[in-house]
Amino acid sequence: MTDMQKTSLAERLAARFGDTLKISVVRNETTAELAAADLLAVAAALRDEPGFRFGELIDVCGIDYLGYGQVEWDTADVTSTGFSRGVEGEAPGRFDWAGRPRGASPPRRFAAVIHLLSIEHNQRLRLRVFCADDSLPLVPSVTGIWPGANWFEREAFDLYGIVFDGHPDLRRILTDYGFVGHPFRKDFPLIGNVEVRYDAEQKRVVYEPVTSVVPRVLVPRVIRDDADLEQAKAEAADDWRRN
Amino acid sequence: MAQEIRNYTMNFGPQHPAAHGVLRLVLEMDGETIVRADPHVGLLHRGTEKLAESKPFNQSIGYMDRLDYVSMMCNEHAYVRAIETLMGIEAPERAQYIRTMFDEITRILNHLMWIGSNALDLGAMAVFLYAFREREELMDVYEAVSGARMHATYYRPGGVYRDLPAQMSQYRESPWHKGKDLKRLNSWREGSMLDFLDAFTDDFPKKVDEYEELLTTNRIWKQRTVGIGVISPEQAQAWGMTGAMIRGSGIAWDLRKKQPYAKYAEMDFDIPVGVNGDCYDRYLVRVEEMRQANRIIKQCVKWLRANPGPVMVENYKVAPPKRERMKEGMEELIHHFKLFSEGYGVPAGETYCAVEAPKGEFGCYLVSDGANKPFRVHLRAPGFAHLSSIDAIVSGHMLPDVVAMIGTYDLVFGEVDR
Repeated sequence: MTDMQKTSLAERLAARFGDTLKISVVRNETTAELAAADLLAVAAALRDEPGFRFGELIDVCGIDYLGYGQVEWDTADVTSTGFSRGVEGEAPGRFDWAGRPRGASPPRRFAAVIHLLSIEHNQRLRLRVFCADDSLPLVPSVTGIWPGANWFEREAFDLYGIVFDGHPDLRRILTDYGFVGHPFRKDFPLIGNVEVRYDAEQKRVVYEPVTSVVPRVLVPRVIRDDADLEQAKAEAADDWRRN
Repeated sequence: MAQEIRNYTMNFGPQHPAAHGVLRLVLEMDGETIVRADPHVGLLHRGTEKLAESKPFNQSIGYMDRLDYVSMMCNEHAYVRAIETLMGIEAPERAQYIRTMFDEITRILNHLMWIGSNALDLGAMAVFLYAFREREELMDVYEAVSGARMHATYYRPGGVYRDLPAQMSQYRESPWHKGKDLKRLNSWREGSMLDFLDAFTDDFPKKVDEYEELLTTNRIWKQRTVGIGVISPEQAQAWGMTGAMIRGSGIAWDLRKKQPYAKYAEMDFDIPVGVNGDCYDRYLVRVEEMRQANRIIKQCVKWLRANPGPVMVENYKVAPPKRERMKEGMEELIHHFKLFSEGYGVPAGETYCAVEAPKGEFGCYLVSDGANKPFRVHLRAPGFAHLSSIDAIVSGHMLPDVVAMIGTYDLVFGEVDR
């Protein structure tokens, strides 16, 4: 039995990188959180060292943690005051470009998440790098290690405004030429900021602020505690339902 | 006498028939040789991931069909599997077999589309007509099971929407289908959907022979594909390639074997790999995949025939109660109302679930904060990774080879642009 098979990926990562990585294993998925400054050294080691051999970069994506865990409908305190109407909150569907929330944001709002695959060892690993500065989210680019990261990083830059330091060609990729803003940020309105139409007088397509759609949310965001699932299990076990 | 020679920049697409949708490719040419290829994508960007964040989990399944719109159910499978993983629920065995079967039906659908359009791009018209003949039959299977020929929304967290129909749909008499023609069209459709699939899978290898007859030893086809777009195994890994793209380069990597999901561990099938990593090898790999998919469908049909059972979990938080019960019981009515209005909460956490879609690894990275809507959904589309390598692969090739390369990438812009 080789050394590889005796130890888990998390153990090997911890032995090799020590405190550089904050490792968690949930449902057999290994996640390592690390600082942006350590990313390049760790990534090169993960690709090249025999114990890891993560030769393939599967995916890079951005996340905006603004509003994580926030609800629009308080269901915890029902009987004494009655239900709230479920119309509060600042979800992206509730505001337009002019009324977008500005200012307050949680510390460490943006993160880049990298998914790696080792074909040799048939293993996956997720790396999460939080950006230190929310006004200029900066992460080193891994295009030098995995060229396939190129477009994924462009996408994360386009949609979240995460700047990948050292990227050879950091242009927008999915949005329109000349687009303003980063549309997947949680403070970017779901209805968008501009709409286009053909103007018969000017004989060209014109860009205007959105007026044809109004922001609205059909279903409020609700977090109920796990009792929900517990109850479902108990109900499924009930005999009388089957008759 | 000095003469100034300058490179020429050319626009390929976005309305070029060989651009497979809305690809705008800016090519820098030196004569007919490509110096640089710069694809502009995003013309079909709909913000699927952002839209999914704004609605309950189940309401986004239909969006998944519209990503890679020639391998619909495979996209659903990745999304549904991510939700199931976070909730810790598992679909009943019969549903798993149905999913396996429909993943393979989808694979054949996708490869038929690919072989037809790729051959058409390279100048062989007939293959397209042949491929669409069989595609039609499988579209009917989609329709029989879900009511929709393409955008099925058939997979649900906890199983599939409903069991397979006992009666396959038949053609009705019309000015276009009548007499002997009508009888021939309906000859497979007398019994159940599984009977129909039995007849189809018995017949399909012969049909694949027909496509091969047209292409495999065809001199023009080989001139256009052999030695074109060679991708080394190292390149394939560096560019994040998966599916037929990496197998064509000789790496036997297939999630169905290496990280099995649904019922693939129980299936008997082979993984074809290429040798040279050129367009021709990838063609051979995909043709063989159709034959293997056919084998898997056969095995699923056999099992499904012998093993009736539930196709959805008995958990009213994720699956609606039966209609009759909903009409009679207060509890069921509440569950039904809650499920279709608020939806269900998914425990906080994150997961990445991938399936071996016909084009490669289609993955869904799902982050939930415990709410009834996903906090972040990221869809990893194989075509996006593949297309990003085009500059590295085609520079030095001739202009017509770009068409062969776009064809062999098997691009669909629904998933590239999302």
